[in-house]
Amino acid sequence: MTSPASSGIGRFGPYGGRYVPEALIAALDELAAAYEKARGDEDFQREFRRLLTEYAGRPSLLYDARRLSAELGARILLKREDLNHTGAHKINNVLGQVLLAHRMGKRRVIAETGAGQHGVATATAAALFGLECVVYMGAVDTERQALNVARMRLLGAQVVPVHTGSKTLKDALNEAFRDWVATVDTTHYVIGTVAGPHPFPEMVRDFAAPIGVEARAQCLDLLGRLPDAVIACVGGGSNALGIFTAFVPDTSVRLYGFEAGGEGLDSGRHAATLTGGSPGVLLGAHSYVLQDEDGQTRESHTISAGLDYPGVGPEHAYLHDTGRAVYRPITDAGAMAAFELLCRTEGIIPAIESAHAIAGAREVAGELGPDAVLLVCLSGRGDKDVATAAKWFGLLDESGPIT
Amino acid sequence: MTGLASGAVVDSARASGRAALIGYLPAGFPTFDGGVALLTAMVEAGVDVVEVGLPYSDPVIDGPTIQAAADVALRSGTKTADVLRTVEAVAKGGAAVVVMTYWNPVLRYGVDAFARDLAAAGGAGLITPDLIPDEAGEWIAASDAHGLERIFLVAPSSSDARIETTVGACRGWVYAASTMGVTGTREQTSSVAPALVGRVRAATPLPVCVGLGVSSGEQAAEVASYADGVAVGSAFVRCVLDATDETDALRAIARLTSDLAAGVRRTSA
Repeated sequence: MTSPASSGIGRFGPYGGRYVPEALIAALDELAAAYEKARGDEDFQREFRRLLTEYAGRPSLLYDARRLSAELGARILLKREDLNHTGAHKINNVLGQVLLAHRMGKRRVIAETGAGQHGVATATAAALFGLECVVYMGAVDTERQALNVARMRLLGAQVVPVHTGSKTLKDALNEAFRDWVATVDTTHYVIGTVAGPHPFPEMVRDFAAPIGVEARAQCLDLLGRLPDAVIACVGGGSNALGIFTAFVPDTSVRLYGFEAGGEGLDSGRHAATLTGGSPGVLLGAHSYVLQDEDGQTRESHTISAGLDYPGVGPEHAYLHDTGRAVYRPITDAGAMAAFELLCRTEGIIPAIESAHAIAGAREVAGELGPDAVLLVCLSGRGDKDVATAAKWFGLLDESGPIT
Repeated sequence: MTGLASGAVVDSARASGRAALIGYLPAGFPTFDGGVALLTAMVEAGVDVVEVGLPYSDPVIDGPTIQAAADVALRSGTKTADVLRTVEAVAKGGAAVVVMTYWNPVLRYGVDAFARDLAAAGGAGLITPDLIPDEAGEWIAASDAHGLERIFLVAPSSSDARIETTVGACRGWVYAASTMGVTGTREQTSSVAPALVGRVRAATPLPVCVGLGVSSGEQAAEVASYADGVAVGSAFVRCVLDATDETDALRAIARLTSDLAAGVRRTSA
């Protein structure tokens, strides 16, 4: 079942569009126009590049992970987005959007966050630009990611725990949306992924795209050729599109997105939207959705707060349907095994989100063999996940916290 | 067979020199039978057009009150088919009934199938808060095929050009969102709504009804002084959420309806 692309605005095949209240259309039009202008404006682009270089620490390293490669049975190159300022790829998109919001004269930015990485990145950029910042975060997530709540507050942001629905990322998005409908004159909504109504999916992809542009050039420098496959985890899908986009025209390069399979697709408890969902409308765009037979959104389940979302960006839906990219689920257990493996072989503690990509690399290595070169997006670092991982691996003393 | 057209009901209220009263409750709230009884009580006490809400898991333009009602309805097991059965039960009593729904449940049901079944249930049409005409090609075709009303929203932020396009796609009446924000009762009625209604009137002869924030007869009278209809939602939901039992809820709904119905008649010249 597909929906017709009536307007053709912001469409990726049949996906995308703007399924939002009329009240937001003027703001989306204004944003689309401002972004279109910024895209071709050399001053804006220069300033964005300067922030990425001098503030976020780009370009991020491409790391030849030899011990991990030996374990997985193919050459693994890690794109080290975990080394960016704030510890994840999220800073790229946020610096772009906050720079744009500042130019548009907005005094206030709001954001939703799951794991807290996007919230921290937004709070960081808001502090840098002197803007007021409010971050919505599900009450379940404020508990499992308490460290990031403290970081946002230290940066001067107001963190609002959301107690409705499943109390996770989806509900934080809804609440941020409600805020925006009422404050759109003064406020920019810094959506943290390649989802939402046009122009967000396109704009966020473009701000995340330096990941792939750099990695492609770094591969050519290192190998003298392109990698055989590019691998990323997919929640909403911004780090994945960030690294995929530069490679989409390179048809010899396979693209793999790994979704959060939770307790397994058969259990019904997962967050694998493309592999376990169906086309529908959620959060302002037509894409894939986890939904029941009545179109009610199903709750997602995964150990990874950052992937705990029942939707996915519309461009991924298009890459999925056309077969240009392949999407598969990774279970919690598979992700945590990969998490441990990266810690032990390379001395790198990854975000649990990124551990899904490492687990995916193990599968792809098995299929493509030892001569294959796999470029893997290590989208974030795992400091925020230490408590979750310690609990998973039974490292906690029964009587209290780790000492 | 399509039911009584809500636009005709609003028109006839206008012809008699008053505004129409439009009342909202979600289907299945607090139960299927309870919901039908409450909506029927509304009609008996003076609501002219009934809006049956389709409870949805992600109601992004609803405030806490309607979110709570949708939660109750979904937890009590309300399905899309129950919404259509609610429409049928209320329409049978002679009321004009429209469905207010977010888009995904309709998309999932199948747009043409939903239109066909809504018409068969005696429903007059749809109010679509997250579907703008630009994205509504399939719905416009289905509503034409099944003779249903299409009520799109305009907002204070809508440009004149967008108002023009939107009212051009409407059939029945136009829903003017009085404020920038989510549903919920407010202390004061909107200061920007009269100007918005004026801009809509310049673009269409269709009736213009105003919603978002009205909870009393006094506020209804104020809105009725410039609009053709007054839509009330959260205040009705609040009656039910605050009630001690079903009888109490029915009494509270009847009392609020009478107050609002007197309000929309107060300004008649």
